[in-house]
Amino acid sequence: MTRQTFSRTRPYTAGRRQAVRASDLTQALGFLFLGACTAFALFFLGSILYFVIVRGAPAISWEFLTSVPRRAMTQGGVAPAIVGTFYLTLGAVAFALPLGLACAIYLTEYSPKTILVNIIRLSIANLAGIPSIVFGLFGFAVFVKVFGFGVSILSGSLTLGIMALPGIIAASQEAILAVPQSYKEASLALGATHWQTIARVVLPSSLPGILTGVILNVGRVAGETAAILFTAATFYTRGYPNSIFSEVMALPYHIYALMTEGTHPESQTLIAYGSSLILLSLVLAVSALAIILRQRQRRVYGP
Amino acid sequence: MDHDVKISALNVNFYYGKTLTLKNISLDILQKKVTALIGPSGCGKSTFIRLLNRMNDLIPGARVEGQILLDGLDIYHPRTDVVSLRRRVGMVFQKPNPFPKSIFDNLAYGLTISGMRDKRFIEHKVIDSLKKAALYNEVKDRLHDNALMLSGGQQQRLCIARCLVVEPEVILFDEPAASLDPISTRKIEELILELKDEYTIVIVTHNMQQAARVSDFTAFMYLGELVEYGDTERIFTVPKEKMTEEYLSGKFG
Repeated sequence: MTRQTFSRTRPYTAGRRQAVRASDLTQALGFLFLGACTAFALFFLGSILYFVIVRGAPAISWEFLTSVPRRAMTQGGVAPAIVGTFYLTLGAVAFALPLGLACAIYLTEYSPKTILVNIIRLSIANLAGIPSIVFGLFGFAVFVKVFGFGVSILSGSLTLGIMALPGIIAASQEAILAVPQSYKEASLALGATHWQTIARVVLPSSLPGILTGVILNVGRVAGETAAILFTAATFYTRGYPNSIFSEVMALPYHIYALMTEGTHPESQTLIAYGSSLILLSLVLAVSALAIILRQRQRRVYGP
Repeated sequence: MDHDVKISALNVNFYYGKTLTLKNISLDILQKKVTALIGPSGCGKSTFIRLLNRMNDLIPGARVEGQILLDGLDIYHPRTDVVSLRRRVGMVFQKPNPFPKSIFDNLAYGLTISGMRDKRFIEHKVIDSLKKAALYNEVKDRLHDNALMLSGGQQQRLCIARCLVVEPEVILFDEPAASLDPISTRKIEELILELKDEYTIVIVTHNMQQAARVSDFTAFMYLGELVEYGDTERIFTVPKEKMTEEYLSGKFG
């Protein structure tokens, strides 16, 4: 490997071979080390995917995707959990997107540049570091108990939405700040108001970036377990939720339940891997959507 | 000068924070004439032109003293409406800055933000402005293509057309050809000469030849001060100030 590097650089360094050799060696070792680290990281990602696919694939069937669990969750499908995760995620988006976007607009476009506002910014960033189980307890105390929503889709969605909020605000702020000042100046110089400029120039230009941020953060909370543990999820439902006040099954919690309770570990483990594969596919599909959106943004608005 | 004064600056000082960047500028800009502001980089010419449509309002910590009158209206009076001021005083920027929208939507923007809904009127106005900006023939078959697909020179003429749509009385050009090739630059200059029949024009340029070619009056600024102001031909042939003469002959700048 080092030999190859030498021969490649020789034409440029013929005059100072001795000194160059030492630094070339360092460089080659450096590349080797960095490459090995990258390979190592990829190895973990690859092995997780491999593991989940190999163990989970045998469980997947049309019936698995579309039917309810049977015989104390040792047979049947996981459809209610898929539906539950879908509703919880949708609810989280419906709550966190408007709120996060409004926050980001205020912080970037309207807030005065004071110490207080800087503290607010920092606090929002720190919100992202709170452990999810704490969000879960908060959701239980506030949404389930104080507001009286009970253990329900509504309580769970709100809790997940709050969890996604810091990321959505940060991503939206970044997207808004990335809009060239020259667009804003052009709009204002034509006699547009500040709000018209935001609504008709800034937001359309930053929308793909905002959506990317929303999708990535919502994808993250879709797989969240601790936050819905006390607020939305239930061990088993006979059918599908019929209102936002219903408690639901959800894929992450279903996996947890399968692995910790019940009396038939073998058949339950298979279903747990199958559920993991579905959850993983959902989150990856959502991330892929975010990447596609970002590519489209680059095409339209330049890098 | 026996012309009508359009804009009148009276003892204007401008501060960025505590730094005084324009010092006691007084200058009359005449109606339907081209007034050029020249001077080396950092002399305050861009800062001055951006005072005329209050674009400097966007800069935190900026402060203006003195008066700037547009047809007698004090544009820095607290009760002056910035939106209607900017509709009267349009601006073309140094780098072409079309919105990432279609050519048509770029031009229609200035009308729709003021509440215009009449589609036929908008279409008429858009085409009319593109013709005035000498761009129509090049884009008439692709009005709904993204404006960012146009060349730099075309984008700048689009920005001029976009500015014309709202029927301003004054057009400010802030180094409009600084990022363009010579052929595009010539087209912009020809356009400015045509537009001065209808509009009062102020142009900032660091290109002395450009000032000589397009302007009726020239103001030479240096380090935030107005050194000399007068008839372009006179300034370029018999400058009164030694500093003007040295700048024009390329001794500094």
